[in-house]
Amino acid sequence: MLSAVGLLAIVVAPALGALLAYLAKEGPTRSAVLAGSAALHFALVARLWIVPAGPVMGGWLAVDGLGLIVLSLLSVLFLVVANYAHGFLRGGKPHELRVFVTGLLTFLAAASLVSLSHHLALLWVGMEATTLSMAPLIYDRHDRRSLEAVWKYLVLSSVGIAFALLAVFLLATAQPSRVGVRPLVLEDLLAGGARLDHWWLRAAFVFALVGFGTKMGLAPLHTWKPDTYGEAPSLVGGLMAGGVTTCAFLGLARFTQVVLAADLGGFARPLLLGFGLFSLAVAAAFIIGQADVKRLLAYSSVEHMGLLSLGLGLGGLGAYGAVLHALNNGLVKALLFLSVGNLVAVSGSSAAADLRGMLRVRPWSATLAVIGLFAVTGSPPFGMFLSEFTIISGAFREDHPLVAAAALVLLAVTFVGIARMILEMILGDAPAPGPGPVDRERPWMIVGPLVLAGLVLVLGSWLPEALQEQLARSATSLGGRAP
Amino acid sequence: MRSIAEILLLLVVLMDFAVLGTSRLSACIRAVAVQGVLLGSLSLALEGGLSLHAGVLAAGTIGVKAILLPWFLRWAIREASVRREVEPLVGYMASFLLGAAALVVSFAVAARLPSTGGTGLLVPVALVTVMIGLIVLITRTKALSQVLGYLMLENGIYLFGLTQARRVPFLVEAGVLLDVFVGVFVMGIVVFHINREFDSISALKLTELKES
Repeated sequence: MLSAVGLLAIVVAPALGALLAYLAKEGPTRSAVLAGSAALHFALVARLWIVPAGPVMGGWLAVDGLGLIVLSLLSVLFLVVANYAHGFLRGGKPHELRVFVTGLLTFLAAASLVSLSHHLALLWVGMEATTLSMAPLIYDRHDRRSLEAVWKYLVLSSVGIAFALLAVFLLATAQPSRVGVRPLVLEDLLAGGARLDHWWLRAAFVFALVGFGTKMGLAPLHTWKPDTYGEAPSLVGGLMAGGVTTCAFLGLARFTQVVLAADLGGFARPLLLGFGLFSLAVAAAFIIGQADVKRLLAYSSVEHMGLLSLGLGLGGLGAYGAVLHALNNGLVKALLFLSVGNLVAVSGSSAAADLRGMLRVRPWSATLAVIGLFAVTGSPPFGMFLSEFTIISGAFREDHPLVAAAALVLLAVTFVGIARMILEMILGDAPAPGPGPVDRERPWMIVGPLVLAGLVLVLGSWLPEALQEQLARSATSLGGRAP
Repeated sequence: MRSIAEILLLLVVLMDFAVLGTSRLSACIRAVAVQGVLLGSLSLALEGGLSLHAGVLAAGTIGVKAILLPWFLRWAIREASVRREVEPLVGYMASFLLGAAALVVSFAVAARLPSTGGTGLLVPVALVTVMIGLIVLITRTKALSQVLGYLMLENGIYLFGLTQARRVPFLVEAGVLLDVFVGVFVMGIVVFHINREFDSISALKLTELKES
């Protein structure tokens, strides 16, 4: 009973928090609601690792390995972002503050719903809600550029998410009506996999790939990403690149589970591999020679979504690597967006040329940004090295040497592009004197990224027992296995 | 009830073409609103009798798709004082022909599909509405027309969902309707801001962001 309430509260508490934040009259109340909801959410999710909770609402909400990992990532990210937002929003206008905090908490509620939903239509409802909750946050600056960014984001994501809804309906059509079978509930879909209609299921998977692929930002459906990430406030960018994309990955993974249960792996896997490799190629092409750090991060996100799709498509070790990679990618992206955001705040520009010599102006943030950039290329000793290595070795084990070779070449190209940007930032000349005095780095700017950098470093060399177990479970559910 | 459903479905297609062939935005909004009424009535007609579920679904659909959203969009064009879609990327005749092609393709595809139950027209009409929604979304330049295109796309998907209406539970339908409502609402607000910033709601002016 208690655990059922706890599970529901993970979704309901942030939603109530959003309502409170909207109704609150005072700025401080709003900050308190934000901090309180983030902490409560973290505590509730942490409890799930110790005391497992059974399904509630007739199996519509349940916890499994994959969902738990995504939920935990979201909770950690949100705690960090809420802490950062506390400093970031100080001195903002009350009206905008209200919209901002409400949007953040709505996002947390919706994203938690996505991670816990075992009813695929409910998952869609959550996914659409995350999309919408982000829109006012992107438009935070209220100028032409952010307006253009939010319009592109809304139109493309809405069409993508509409296709995902079509995929859900197609899946419902594929599932035969039987007494005792709950429509669109994951467990029943998987158990009755052999009875699913193959024709409708194929159609459902294609639309799910396009729909969730748009939200993930798989090439060629990624066109909204550089504009949106470039214009959104950095903490929003971190939440999108680390959180929203992971939720979309979860949606795609759920459909992959169903397709594999119906023994259609031979149909789905080449599609996933194709999208994955193409995303890696597009990302490499735009990262080499990229002059803007935030846009570089967006293309790097395309790259890592490509790797996730690749891992799903490979199965075997690749599936294990993909889930681990989703975790690492979320942490690193938030680290990067927050630390780069600190640097961009100095000059007001995210062009690499304007970020030269930042090591002297904001040493902590610059160091953290460089650490993040190294981590995102997949260099040791960071977590991404481990997960990328797992995916690539998965490709060799599953007898896809060409895929492995192509991925390695593209990763190398990306590495060169990002390394060039790091060198430019470190070795650049001293900065030109700015228009006004630059304020010092404050603790709130540093704490969050520092925690994330620590986590990424730890995950590079040590995976806790409990995490390994959940990773293994997720991999098995995706037709893979643990190393 | 079947024949009523089929007449309603044909009217849905008629509304698709009404949007394709009209330049006046208020007429387009009206056509989409009528489509909302048709969608709501369809869920009753397909049920073949009055049930609480079908009744609430019909009321919700008409309330959101035929009353609230059109009212809100009309408010947006009045505030932005735009009347016409003056410069579509593809002319009205050409987009009409594209729509006709979509119609043919939809029926040809639907004839090959495995049966879903329900009336035979439902799936092809759903497909053609999705395609015409996409055509409007792509070929029109006013941000508001693009919102209408998105609404038609959603209507098409909703039509497809009606084949499964008896199996998909109520809560989910409420969630879907709410999401569509909020989605269009947010888009409408952005359209309003685009107008204030750019003195025009043409999405073609949104060109500052690109790879340099």
